[in-house]
Amino acid sequence: MNAPVASSRMNLPGAGNASSGNALELRGITKMFGALAAISDVTLSVKPGERRAVLGSNGAGKTTLFNCITGDFLPTAGLVRFFGEDVTVFPPHERIRRGLRRTYQISSLFTGLTVMDNVYLACCGVSRNRFSLIRPRPDDALVHAAALLVEAVHLTGDKDRLVGELAYGQQRQLEVALALSGAPRFVLFDEPAAGLSPTERADLVAILTSLPAHIGYIIIEHDMDVALRVAESVTMMHNGRIFKEGRSDEIESDPEVQELYLGGGHAHH
Amino acid sequence: MSVVDQAPRFASPVDQRMWSERIPAPWWIFGLILLLLPIVANDFWLFQVLGWTFILGMIGLSLMFLAGYGGMVSLLQMSIAGMAGYMVAILGPSGAANVSLGLSWWIVLPAAFLIAALFATISGALAVRTDGIYTIMITLAIAAAFFYFTRQNYSVFNGYSGFNLVLPPKLFGVNWRDPLPFYYLSLGCAVLCYGAVVYLARAPFGLALQGVRDNPRRMAALGFNVTAHRVAAYALASVFASTGGILLVWQNAQIAPGTIGVSSAIDVLVVAVVGGMRRPLGPFIGAFIYVLLQVFSTDILGFFGFAADRFKLIIGIGFLAIVLFSPDGVLGLWDRWRAGVAARKAATTGGGA
Repeated sequence: MNAPVASSRMNLPGAGNASSGNALELRGITKMFGALAAISDVTLSVKPGERRAVLGSNGAGKTTLFNCITGDFLPTAGLVRFFGEDVTVFPPHERIRRGLRRTYQISSLFTGLTVMDNVYLACCGVSRNRFSLIRPRPDDALVHAAALLVEAVHLTGDKDRLVGELAYGQQRQLEVALALSGAPRFVLFDEPAAGLSPTERADLVAILTSLPAHIGYIIIEHDMDVALRVAESVTMMHNGRIFKEGRSDEIESDPEVQELYLGGGHAHH
Repeated sequence: MSVVDQAPRFASPVDQRMWSERIPAPWWIFGLILLLLPIVANDFWLFQVLGWTFILGMIGLSLMFLAGYGGMVSLLQMSIAGMAGYMVAILGPSGAANVSLGLSWWIVLPAAFLIAALFATISGALAVRTDGIYTIMITLAIAAAFFYFTRQNYSVFNGYSGFNLVLPPKLFGVNWRDPLPFYYLSLGCAVLCYGAVVYLARAPFGLALQGVRDNPRRMAALGFNVTAHRVAAYALASVFASTGGILLVWQNAQIAPGTIGVSSAIDVLVVAVVGGMRRPLGPFIGAFIYVLLQVFSTDILGFFGFAADRFKLIIGIGFLAIVLFSPDGVLGLWDRWRAGVAARKAATTGGGA
């Protein structure tokens, strides 16, 4: 499975040239599961600090795209560059340590652990402390950073509760907090608003829009309303391919998009 | 593995109390009893029963650390203990003077720990790429290979006969193989190892190890190198196994391939499962039960008219009963009993109010 990756890289002259200036650059990403192409020939670039929404129906390949970016899957063909560096064959943790973060569509938390410990663990993961055999002191910098993150997602009142006991919406918020640990440069949000109440959605939008300007992200979102408020540009995916790209307002008024996505009879929440 | 399904619970890494305040009162009493036990116990109990319990407990503890916190059931821990024990015999003085190097203890001991850690790290690196039953298989294969290697290699491991007269150094003028000093030595080592595991479980490394057990993919997405973390756990666990292994050689004053055979490797698993793998205390309880059964099996079996070497039968039946009725071991039974008592107490007070 590695061979096609290598050959496709050789087909791209200047692939090692790091001066593209993009936070994230995908070239011809294809992921085959057996004979089925989950995504084919996806080329995409996102500038530092840019906020992009990825829209598309179920099975359009959005989460597969995320998995190729984070390294959970190696793409069958194509190239992934993160801040100019070719990370196509890097294991996930190497990409995370370079400032990439992600959240999961279905919350992926440590339910037997408290809120604070979940975030603390996330802070350890991107620090040199991850192998530390010494317990943190209360004034530990990472504990402090974790407390700030817990506060940022409005969970301070529940910081000592076990994650398994949290309400669904709170777990989604915690999922966001884990993705903001350390010094993130680019975050992939996989449907962070799924299943949230209108109030919680508004809260999430507030958290996303108040992120520091240098942190760019891609957000997968079914709710057009949320997507257009938190992203300045939109990529539409359909059947594993990119089908339209543009500024949020252009996409919103595009008749083709209207027909395929908004008027397509999909029941969204 | 069903035996490790019920994982130990995480605890907060930040606890502002002093360490002495965090130890509940029953532990102080238990500790005091262990300290004062030599007043009433005879040499046989101190040396054979409790000394061996602590040793087996430490080797079981290294398995509990890997299996309970890391989700990796390794049958390799006896081999790692044996490697450390063999190194003490090979590098230090022994009865096999033509093979042993006779170096002094302050070179021998660190070298034994290091070589055993290296062995654990290399074996761990092979084993962590597999899961569940395959981890058990691969570690069993390495354990068996090491056993046959020590039996056939005469130039280093002195083959079938192994090493005899491997004695602890007479540090501070004490003969550490005398029952009383050996009791305190093994008790001290066991307490240190136990404390280390309790402490590590809440340090970043230990927390992350439990995270790796529960959700490796998420851990990778948090920046953890899951494979490296698992291998490091093998290296760390080797310290506890090596401590037990070195004490074992000193207690027996000898080591031979039989010490590290496949049946011994399985005994470590039995000890950890019977005691319970959810908490570091489990292996010590399992070891105590195992040693009692082994030591007194002659009397028990003789009473029922069986041959004394059938003690494995009792162990086996006990193991089956535990796995069937309390997959989290004797400690699990204890936890459930206490929960039951607490529930009844709550019901009584609730009814009275």
